[in-house]
Amino acid sequence: MVSRRALLQRAVVAAGALVFLRRAPTAQAASGQEADAPRPTHTPRWGMVIDLDKCTSCQACVVACWAENNQPLPGPEAHRAGRVIEWMKLLSVHEGSYPRVRQRLLPIPCQQCDQPPCTTVCPVFATYKNPEGLVAQIYPRCIGCRYCVNACPYTCKFFNWSEARWPASMAQELNPDVSVRPKGVTEKCTFCHHRLQRAKEQAASEGRVLQAGDYVPACMQACPAQAIVFGDLNDPASDVSKAQDNPRRFRLQEELGTEPKVTYLSEA
Amino acid sequence: MEQPRDIASDIVTPMIRWPRGYGVFVGCLLAVIAFAAYAWTQQLRFGLGVTGLTRPVFWGLYITNFVFFIGISHAGTLISAILRLCRAEWRRPITRMAEAITVLVLFIGAGNVIMDLGRPDRALNVILHPNFRSPLLWDITSITTYLTASMLYLYLPLIPDLAILRDRLPRRRWFYRPLALGWTGTPQQHRRLERAIAIMAVVVIPIAISVHTVVSWVFAMTIQPMWHSTIFGPYFVAGAIFSGIAALIVAMAILRKVYHLEAYLKPIHFNNLGILLLVMACLWLYFTFAEYLTTFYGHQPEEMAVFWTKITGPFAPYFWAMAVCCFVIPVILLGIPRLRTISGTVAASGFILIGMWLERFLIVVPSLINPRLPFPGGVYHPSWVELAITAGAFATFLLFYCLFIKVFPIISIWEVQEGQERGVDETVERLKTYLPTAVSQPPQPATSRFQTKWS
Repeated sequence: MVSRRALLQRAVVAAGALVFLRRAPTAQAASGQEADAPRPTHTPRWGMVIDLDKCTSCQACVVACWAENNQPLPGPEAHRAGRVIEWMKLLSVHEGSYPRVRQRLLPIPCQQCDQPPCTTVCPVFATYKNPEGLVAQIYPRCIGCRYCVNACPYTCKFFNWSEARWPASMAQELNPDVSVRPKGVTEKCTFCHHRLQRAKEQAASEGRVLQAGDYVPACMQACPAQAIVFGDLNDPASDVSKAQDNPRRFRLQEELGTEPKVTYLSEA
Repeated sequence: MEQPRDIASDIVTPMIRWPRGYGVFVGCLLAVIAFAAYAWTQQLRFGLGVTGLTRPVFWGLYITNFVFFIGISHAGTLISAILRLCRAEWRRPITRMAEAITVLVLFIGAGNVIMDLGRPDRALNVILHPNFRSPLLWDITSITTYLTASMLYLYLPLIPDLAILRDRLPRRRWFYRPLALGWTGTPQQHRRLERAIAIMAVVVIPIAISVHTVVSWVFAMTIQPMWHSTIFGPYFVAGAIFSGIAALIVAMAILRKVYHLEAYLKPIHFNNLGILLLVMACLWLYFTFAEYLTTFYGHQPEEMAVFWTKITGPFAPYFWAMAVCCFVIPVILLGIPRLRTISGTVAASGFILIGMWLERFLIVVPSLINPRLPFPGGVYHPSWVELAITAGAFATFLLFYCLFIKVFPIISIWEVQEGQERGVDETVERLKTYLPTAVSQPPQPATSRFQTKWS
């Protein structure tokens, strides 16, 4: 017969051993992986500047994002039901009243907040801010409760209401770097995180650190007016840091304290 | 003067009778549940696309039902615990039916969240990868604690009754014997049981309050307009008790009819609960008024968009129906003593249940329809799948309750007996302790008292 005290002691020791054993191999694996690549000098913080003075609202970014990230093809039905998934979308803002009315169109990706309201509310850590500041979504873990979607003050998260479908002719056109999301999970703009992975692998294979321009999201690449600037906000010499340093700068709903990493430059 | 009754047989007899109406009713419930199950298979196959939910209205009927049912759960344990602690003697015939509502309705509330999940197959992730910063996880913690405590609180006072059933129903002996835990009714057993019940009654009150507070925090912790409110916690708890009492009154009236419990559930019980309901109606109005006036006076554009959607916009019919159902009608029916009859309180309760469901709906949907950024606002028309599953949720609750009343005595036999045997004398004794001790010698003549006072 084991006394209660002894049993408790053994249980604590066993639990401790379990935690130790589970941690040890992962720590080894991580250090082994990073040994080959040269270490960058600082952790980047990815951000974007959208110059509304240059933007022509052509929606090339919307289409590029749609194709790059395997977003399902929205039919008229999805439009009617208000269930279109577009990580990059145009927000139309009306100003003034007739006859002096003016419409502005703002391209809105995920604002990649530094204080994201969506990550804290996720009950299962399916959405989180990664060390480089990107707000990520783990599709295989998401339970589809849509709490993060409702907590986002920018309405920038999307839910897969049904199975994603493409016409048969487009079957070969999906991006192999981006997973196709199953029905019932939430998804969002990732600043084309797969491109960052690619760029890191490329740089590592060439034995160098990641350089500015190695990693650009699809929307920036597609913008014919070059209204989108992207890069590392932690690097004061980067294009995005310089572009941000502009009196026309503003961020969406800055008063909410979400600290978005997408900055807009207002029309002059 | 009523004839002395055999309480145990009064309450046990209807348990073993199976009238035709019962079978028909259960059959109807099963039909509704089967249809809801079919609707759910559609939802599982094709995703939440079969609902009326859209962007930005990501939550709809299921979350409304969740909040509503969890609110109803406050009927039982909380009210029963408060009445027990206050030693309200009239509680005796109603505690059991109240506690049963709590336990059964919690399953329905939690079930509605599962219905709402895009991936119900991954629901266990909340245990495998819990994020305790999420109010949803607070909910899960709080509701499971509440369910455990409520089940215990329902079970403890059941033990002596289970022993009665064990001795009275030989064919069901196999079921009641283990559950009765060898209860023989010795004074020591009674002492221990009453102590355990008293402890649980104290424990469940803070747990019950935490439950609906945390449910409100699911909304209030976000920064969405008209969700992000500091009074949501108490507002939800008050609403929960309000709708809970209403549900209890309706259940009492139905059981009184079908089980012929007129001798046990008397007009006074409905009257007393009716007064409690009236107080809650006033509290509900106070909270609602405070909430809406603060929003209106602050006049922030995002909040005002939601405000006007409710007051004059597309949701105005629901809003004003809610105000009439939750306040105007109940106050008339419950405030005028002549109308506070059994049918009066039941009618008021019915309206309150409708009104409180509308209130939950009006909290969930209009805020989502008006996102902060001027995206084209959403519309929300629940689909047949959502309506079927909602109907199924109500039917499942009724089915559970129908089964419960056939397996367990719906009135606590031993507590009513105890009330008859000891309660009256105890109450008289207690009342005496409230008053100044009666003076044994005859009072002094008035003149002499004046003399002492003025001399």
